[in-house]
Amino acid sequence: MKRIVIHEEHCIGCRLCEVHCLVQHSKSHDIIKAYRRERTELMPRLIVEESGPVSFALQCRQCDEPACLEACISGAMHRDERTGAVVCDESKCVGCWMCIMVCPAGAIRQNTLGTRIASKCDLCYGADVPACVAHCPNGALTYEEVLERNGGEA
Amino acid sequence: MRIVIIGNSATAVGAIESIREHDQGAEIMVISEEGPMIYSRPMLSHYLAGEIDRSRLAYRPADFYTRHHVALITDDPVVAIEPAAHQVTTSTGKVIAYDRLLISTGGQPIVPPVPGLDLEGVFTFTRQRDATRLARYLEGQGEQRAVVVGGGMIGIKATDALIKRGVQVTMVELAPAILAAALDDTASAMIKRLLEGHGVSVRTENTVTEIRGDGDGRVSTALLKDGTLVDCEAVVFGIGVRPNAGLASAAGLQVNRGVCVDEYMRTSDPDIYAAGDVAEAYDLVVDMNRTVAIWPNAYRQGAIAGAHMVGVSRPDPGGVAMNTVEVMGVPAMSIGNGNAPEEGHDILAQIDERAVTYKRLVMRDGRLIGAILVGEIDRAGIYTGLIRNKIDVGQHRQRLLEGHVSLLSLPEQYRKHVVQGAGIEV
Repeated sequence: MKRIVIHEEHCIGCRLCEVHCLVQHSKSHDIIKAYRRERTELMPRLIVEESGPVSFALQCRQCDEPACLEACISGAMHRDERTGAVVCDESKCVGCWMCIMVCPAGAIRQNTLGTRIASKCDLCYGADVPACVAHCPNGALTYEEVLERNGGEA
Repeated sequence: MRIVIIGNSATAVGAIESIREHDQGAEIMVISEEGPMIYSRPMLSHYLAGEIDRSRLAYRPADFYTRHHVALITDDPVVAIEPAAHQVTTSTGKVIAYDRLLISTGGQPIVPPVPGLDLEGVFTFTRQRDATRLARYLEGQGEQRAVVVGGGMIGIKATDALIKRGVQVTMVELAPAILAAALDDTASAMIKRLLEGHGVSVRTENTVTEIRGDGDGRVSTALLKDGTLVDCEAVVFGIGVRPNAGLASAAGLQVNRGVCVDEYMRTSDPDIYAAGDVAEAYDLVVDMNRTVAIWPNAYRQGAIAGAHMVGVSRPDPGGVAMNTVEVMGVPAMSIGNGNAPEEGHDILAQIDERAVTYKRLVMRDGRLIGAILVGEIDRAGIYTGLIRNKIDVGQHRQRLLEGHVSLLSLPEQYRKHVVQGAGIEV
């Protein structure tokens, strides 16, 4: 399946990926409205890792055998039938944080701004190119066919 | 080929999804003593608290069995397994033949034999019907006071749900501290203070020795070991579960505490598998087989058994004991051997009493083997990954403790591996 590939040597930590992730998952899809009115319940679904000169944007790694899926007690975490992506059905999630306890990349976050939900990347639900990749000015994120990814299972 | 699965919870779902991933043709039959709904046991506390309605207890949609072409027998427990004849018998006398059998009978709640168990108002807390009965019973009571027996994960979850309903709770725990199996003294004391702050009376080194009723056969008082009498309308047993291994023993399978299995979840009979709370599978932290009744293990072991039944060999890398509880919004996690003693271990700890946050990392031979987190649990899975993969964190140990853990706190090679998977360089 197509997965997001991180090129940390190209990342300058500008965080445009965060901005566009948030806008993409807003109701208005408008950068001003999303930040002014919808921010109370929205948070970016990726994490910008930064330490000194090194930075990169981290999204759900889309593991072949996702630990979050086996740990999810509500059945919210599932594989989307159409896109094959591991996504969280936020109407089912109860915010128990089992997924957070098992994700080896730490790519799932608590969203307690509205109802408690586990917040994670959904690959922009079947978009040709996810918003973070499309808006990265430096090619630090690409969207490519990656055959296997075992998510930290050495 | 016909695969018969006893039980319809996480293990069965893991097995069915895994079988259908590899094999569309195999006949699958599920036999359950409960109803057709596949519900989430760990969510019963959310249901009891009134946070979700009954429909949201569903772990998989109602059409799960039809969509996976699974035949279903419900409300009819299996009463015997005959390995030689390759058949099982149910309580209503149905005899069902199998080629491969999966025993996923889970656990049964531990209830000590004290006088008064037959009174109205005595409950366990592991099945949907228990939680529904308890919720209905409380709705019919004017004053709501409950004694929760057990200060472990189940007891805490029941207590948290009850206090959210406005019930006055007395918690009794036999051990000197609550959550002693998962937490160290510091974390345990933090949770105890949180409970007490919400009006819970926590009585350690104590238990219920007798339940007394009023004239109408309803619970009125619990007598504790130390002689105290506690007035209450309900007594809830949340001590824990023991493996429901009676069927397996009676069938002559090798059973210790749980049913003994190999890395494919096969029992001592090559056509019979066991997985989930009933099975004694490999725990990679303690490096031995043992029963660990947690949801992720149940699902994974079911998936491994299912795959192997249809010819796909995916050995179990082993489980890690872990759990999470929350008391009035403050989360606590225990991963692996988080409460290991200081002796013989390298321990890093950080506490902020005012913010109610605590972190305890346990290392042995430069490798993380356990973690306890209270309050601040962001990205806890990074620790789980280090434990599972037995990564040498020697030079990075301090960075794992300070501030927020991130992938940049990890050894570079492991970080690259987590980010991009095997064989691909960042």
